[in-house]
Amino acid sequence: MIRSVTAILIKDFVSELRGKEMLLSMLVFSLMVAVIFNFSFPPGSEFIQEAAPGIIWMTFIFAGLLGMNRSFVYEVDKGCLQGIMLAPIDRAVIYISKLIVNFVFILLVELIALPLFVVFFKLDILGSPGYLLLVVLVSTLGFAVIGTLFSAIAVNTRTREVMLPILHFPVAIPIIICAVQATAAVFQGQEWAVVWGWTKIIVAFDVILFIVAFLTFEYVIEE
Amino acid sequence: MEQICKQPTVAEPASGVVQAEPDSVIQVSGLTKAFGHHHALRQISFEVRRGEFLTIFGPNGAGKTTLIRILSTMTPPSGGDVSIDGFSLADDANKIRNRLGVIAHQTYLYETLTAAENLRFYGRLYDLPDLNNRIEKLLAEVGLRARQNDLVRTFSRGMQQRLSIARALLHDPSLLLLDEPYTGLDQHASEMLSGWLARLRDNARTILMVTHDLERGLDLADRVAILVKGKIVFSKASSDIDKSKFQKTYYEFVEQNTRHT
Repeated sequence: MIRSVTAILIKDFVSELRGKEMLLSMLVFSLMVAVIFNFSFPPGSEFIQEAAPGIIWMTFIFAGLLGMNRSFVYEVDKGCLQGIMLAPIDRAVIYISKLIVNFVFILLVELIALPLFVVFFKLDILGSPGYLLLVVLVSTLGFAVIGTLFSAIAVNTRTREVMLPILHFPVAIPIIICAVQATAAVFQGQEWAVVWGWTKIIVAFDVILFIVAFLTFEYVIEE
Repeated sequence: MEQICKQPTVAEPASGVVQAEPDSVIQVSGLTKAFGHHHALRQISFEVRRGEFLTIFGPNGAGKTTLIRILSTMTPPSGGDVSIDGFSLADDANKIRNRLGVIAHQTYLYETLTAAENLRFYGRLYDLPDLNNRIEKLLAEVGLRARQNDLVRTFSRGMQQRLSIARALLHDPSLLLLDEPYTGLDQHASEMLSGWLARLRDNARTILMVTHDLERGLDLADRVAILVKGKIVFSKASSDIDKSKFQKTYYEFVEQNTRHT
């Protein structure tokens, strides 16, 4: 299983580094939002401090959806997903590989865009950068867990660009709310217990959604 | 009139029941596939013997691709039994996957990878030993060794199909499934593909091809069948078929069975 997962990961990373379709679309979108919102509020505005967690997560979610849509599109364009499905590997290998790829690429974009948001919005994260990193990690994992499953469904529909957000948002809402609240707690300098209160809900959703996605993926791609 | 089978098998057309044969690679019995209310395959049964080249012809929507998808373990059947090399499709899918190669009109190749990288990727999925040597040998066989480090997106359609043959043969499968392999190929590339398929047939590989291309399909096959609206309505050894009249026969069977269902 590890060998097969590694094979798909190498293939996806090499393909993405050459094509840059997924990373570029996510990165350009994130940077545009950061710049536009920077000019939308007057310098020193307190409102931006309150709105920042929502803006940041809205940006990451839409950027992530852009990227995750691509992750299966290029697999089906030349029938490559069928090529992988012909190999003597469990379908779970495909899910885990795609999940890792989506998680890594979204996280990479977040790690590039987040410092820009911090600078533009004058956010204070120096007191607890570790908390923020933890929130970003578990929330991104949750989005990728759901998004990877739903992008496999959406890619076989005619309206695949629209279908992924429609499927993704209702299921991701608990994670989005908790991510925004946990991030706000970090920016407001609240203590660890408050941040962890929201973060552990995200972790619980990550675990539940991963089990559901892992068990259902086989049926999703075979029909 | 040619032979008409209401519930035929290819190896044993009359009874509708698959007779177990020690050397049969594919055994299909009462196979059905439904998508909602639409029945793509209706209780079809047939066998393909080891080393045999079976071509199944059929019009669009006959169920040819659905049949290939089921045999290649990509889509589960709605009913019936399928075994390949003695392994049940329901219980031993991974063992079956190890034994079959698929060549389709889609190449299953990544355009952002080189020819060698594509083969290396698929080779890793099959966990093949001595992979680099296999890749070199296969690329030489399909005439692409000089282009092994070029991206697939720079290849012509014919070159991509040759690389697709190498991909399908990488794990040395005993059974090849071909789904409209001539689609999109020009005359020259089609002739080259026919040459390749003839060589594979002569190497005693078992091959099942579904195609619209009557002339090429008939030339290569040991046995042919016609699939219409999810049913096999004709099957015969190609040596017993008058090739000059086969096109007429094909259209008669298609028209007759399209009208009656």
